[in-house]
Amino acid sequence: MKSVTKAYQPISWPMKGAGGDTGSWRTHRPVVDTQICTKCQLCWVYCPEAVIDRNEITIDYRYCKGCGVCATECPTGAISMEKEE
Amino acid sequence: MKAAQVIMDTGAHAAALAVKSARVDVVPGYPITPQTSIMEAVAAMVENGELNARFIPVEGEHSAMAAAVAASAAGARVFTATSANGLLYMHEVLHMASGGRLPVVMCNVNRGIFAPWTLWADHQDSFAQRDTGWIQYHCSSNQEVFNTILQAFRVAEQINIPIMVNFDGFAISHCLMPLTLPPQEDIDRFLPPHEPKWRLDPAHPSSFSNVTNAAEYAPFRQMLSDDIMASIPLVKQAAQEYKDITGMWDGDTIDTYLLEDAEVVAFAVNSMAAELRLSIDILREQGIKAGLLRPRLYLPFPAEDIINALPQNAQVMVLDRNYNFGHPGGILASELKSVLFGRRNDITVKNRVMGIGGIDLPRRFMAAEIRAMMDE
Repeated sequence: MKSVTKAYQPISWPMKGAGGDTGSWRTHRPVVDTQICTKCQLCWVYCPEAVIDRNEITIDYRYCKGCGVCATECPTGAISMEKEE
Repeated sequence: MKAAQVIMDTGAHAAALAVKSARVDVVPGYPITPQTSIMEAVAAMVENGELNARFIPVEGEHSAMAAAVAASAAGARVFTATSANGLLYMHEVLHMASGGRLPVVMCNVNRGIFAPWTLWADHQDSFAQRDTGWIQYHCSSNQEVFNTILQAFRVAEQINIPIMVNFDGFAISHCLMPLTLPPQEDIDRFLPPHEPKWRLDPAHPSSFSNVTNAAEYAPFRQMLSDDIMASIPLVKQAAQEYKDITGMWDGDTIDTYLLEDAEVVAFAVNSMAAELRLSIDILREQGIKAGLLRPRLYLPFPAEDIINALPQNAQVMVLDRNYNFGHPGGILASELKSVLFGRRNDITVKNRVMGIGGIDLPRRFMAAEIRAMMDE
């Protein structure tokens, strides 16, 4: 029998991807049409997962869950939701 | 060296005095009979400055345990107390404390569960929390309540597992007995300040008990299971060192009386086990080689110590103050049989349920019960 234990606690520290590779949850992927996008940054404001780059308006698909909030909020219709393969 | 002080007080006040001696930081509390006297006494100590702690009056036991979990995660030494339905109402959050590996210590003053309502003692409430991942002591005297709370804080903080210290409502909680209070400096030597390896701290942001995937979740559960088993040597060490410092001994994982040459062994927990010593004396006067084995730890169930302590070919009379619904008899008998199976085939186990909802268990009654069980 062990007399000393590791006594691990389920602790997490804030970091990119602390919740795992949540991009694997996605059924539809938001795709930005850079010809239409005005870089108004509303998608960056609304994204609940903070996966949109504020300046480039690019999406980190490793963590994007595909919720579609960005596509709904985009005032110019620059973001479309495309079915994942 | 200051001498120990001897006073007369109730089990509930013994618990409150132990909380004070342990220099607890936070006490969330909600009243429920027969536990209320503990919280009244602790609240008074905080109010009059005897205990430098934060007392948090909450709106129910679920919140009491939630506050205990939060305060413990923030690094505080935390105590709370409850009984019966209050304990059942906490059930969900008990899992948060154990899974979160938070060393909360709680007194549960044993009381029967509704329906119908009862205020008086049996052991259905604590045994119903068997699978919550808490370590459970069961105490048979006011002094043992005091001693065990201090030992519980030490073990809990060594191994990051919450501990429930159980004792009977009224027979212990409301009855006066002599109580020895060791000098505070001795207690401070036994129980140093709580220094958690991790705590919630706004300067170093972190969170705990986040969602995990299966590959992450399973090892946490395995570690909790392993560490609960690994608490047994720590429980023994705490009992021994407490004895070395204070001179007081209540047993470690088990407590025995006239067990070495016993042919008939009474097996029970809490106050009835104290009364059973007198029943053993009656049986010995009648020429029956009787003895007592009292598990002081109910969880982890001290299997090896029980297996090693039982004399050859003994008849073990398990006196259960609870029901094991779906089985004939009580929960302790089931636990004991599962431990003995394949290990001690020489032992006979017999079982009776008694004392439900506070029915009195005097020594002559239990001696007569054990005699009757011998003929079964």
